[in-house]
Amino acid sequence: MVGAGALLTPGFFENGPVRAALGVSFCAAMLSAMVGVFTIIRGQSFAGHALADVSSAGGAGAFLFGVNPLFGFLGLAVLGAGVLEMVGVQRARERDLATGVFLGAGLGVTALLLYFDVTMRSTSGAAISVMFGSMFAIPPGMVKLSLGLGAGAMVVMAMIHRPLLLCAAAPELAGVQGVNVRLIGFLHLLMLALAVTLSAMTIGAILSTALLIGPAAAALRLARRPGRAIGLAVVIGVAACWGGVWLAYDSYNWSGGHGWPVSFFIVTIIFTIYLASGLRRDRTMRV
Amino acid sequence: MMHEARALLSVEDVSLAYDGREVLRNVSFSLGQGAFCGLIGSNGSGKTSLMRSILGLETSQTGIVLVAGERGLHGDVGYVPQKLQLDVDLPLRARDMVALGLDGHKFGLSWPRAKRRRLVDEMLAAVNALDFADQRVGALSGGQQQRVLIAHALIRRPKLLLLDEPLANLDLRAVAEIVTLLRGLSHEHGVTVLVSAHDMNPLLGSMDRIVYLAHGKAVSGTPSEVVRTEVLSALYGYHIDVIRVHGRVLVVAAGAADELPLVRGPHPDNSVDEHPEHVAAIP
Repeated sequence: MVGAGALLTPGFFENGPVRAALGVSFCAAMLSAMVGVFTIIRGQSFAGHALADVSSAGGAGAFLFGVNPLFGFLGLAVLGAGVLEMVGVQRARERDLATGVFLGAGLGVTALLLYFDVTMRSTSGAAISVMFGSMFAIPPGMVKLSLGLGAGAMVVMAMIHRPLLLCAAAPELAGVQGVNVRLIGFLHLLMLALAVTLSAMTIGAILSTALLIGPAAAALRLARRPGRAIGLAVVIGVAACWGGVWLAYDSYNWSGGHGWPVSFFIVTIIFTIYLASGLRRDRTMRV
Repeated sequence: MMHEARALLSVEDVSLAYDGREVLRNVSFSLGQGAFCGLIGSNGSGKTSLMRSILGLETSQTGIVLVAGERGLHGDVGYVPQKLQLDVDLPLRARDMVALGLDGHKFGLSWPRAKRRRLVDEMLAAVNALDFADQRVGALSGGQQQRVLIAHALIRRPKLLLLDEPLANLDLRAVAEIVTLLRGLSHEHGVTVLVSAHDMNPLLGSMDRIVYLAHGKAVSGTPSEVVRTEVLSALYGYHIDVIRVHGRVLVVAAGAADELPLVRGPHPDNSVDEHPEHVAAIP
């Protein structure tokens, strides 16, 4: 019988960047799955995408000023969450329009900062790192910080999950039961900002929506209970991230010494699982 | 009009306006424990605004609302809102929705407990919803969703249950079942029930109190006290005819009764203009 370790490329777990990638991506996948389920059922997928894109301005700025990219991504994502909360539009169409304009403005700033990165600091890799991630280049010191932030956010999500669910299902009933609907909505936006920050660190700002929405969307097709949907989304997200890390690491062996990007493999796995979940959906809806 | 000796719900002189437009004008009525009351009025008459004022979701310009003699709800009120659209993909079974009525406002983790499950099952049984307890709530029919929402509202054992147009968009059988269920809750379990409806007829045989709203004003009492030509004419400010056709009550503006061939067909309720200037309410 062949052991699981024999399937992995030799040196996989001994490699420092791989261990950092596995740690940060685990955290990002867990939080994104938890937040993603609520983001979908609250109809805020577009807001999640907008926060990710706006956070890219922070990442680009961090490269320009030489600070930890995590703080850059996080700062702009939290600022974006505050702006979305202040806009506070209730009607879906108007809210989407405001979110779209906000997203465009954020990407415009990102374009300017990335231009400065290239022209003033000669960091030509910044654009790829910010937009599509550079998981094997995560500094070891950032792993503990990411794990701490992720764990804190998950505790907050666990604390607010019931009011959040009630607000998502029926905000008017939540208000009657004494839930501060606006406060819960803002807390969710903050957790969303943290989730997209950690995702941006792993698969990049542009692709972080895939980690936020993909596993949750597949899980929601299969599960009838919120707890099971979250659990399933976590499993899918972590499997996609770890599978992507392994495939990217292994690709050095068959791609002529130039490994393929981790983000590509993660997004491909998520997309495949999402398609497969559609095959089982009808059966699940019947039972 | 009649007031209960010990009012569970007391609405006193409530007035409400939006952007200078008067929605409720000095509305007063009271309901005793176990009363089954219809809040009747045509669309736009202020029924939902009055319910939201009772719930504290709207701040009235004047007046006071007391539940069990106190301001504020204190968990004493259950509410079933109008037009609650539950997404079919919402990962929530009927029993989960009911459980959220118990602890959906609480922070922290919820562990599966036998007592919690028993309470949920009791509520589902009380509204005859155990058969679809494990189905996604968004995939249920309108009548089934109403049962689940009533169980959600009842699980904290409220003294007062408010339902905003719970009979709208239901088929005749579901309407009869929901009315029977609500009547049982009030008469057998002592829950005070206030049901808003634009059509009073499904409630006529069951309600023992009625609050009739028109142009922001209200008149209340027993159905026989309120649904009378002189009372409703005074409420509307012009002559109103109260006509009984095949056991149904029609409230029509003066002169409209002459056109009743329109409403004497096999389906009279489907044939009349609901506009209040022409027909005040289509019961």
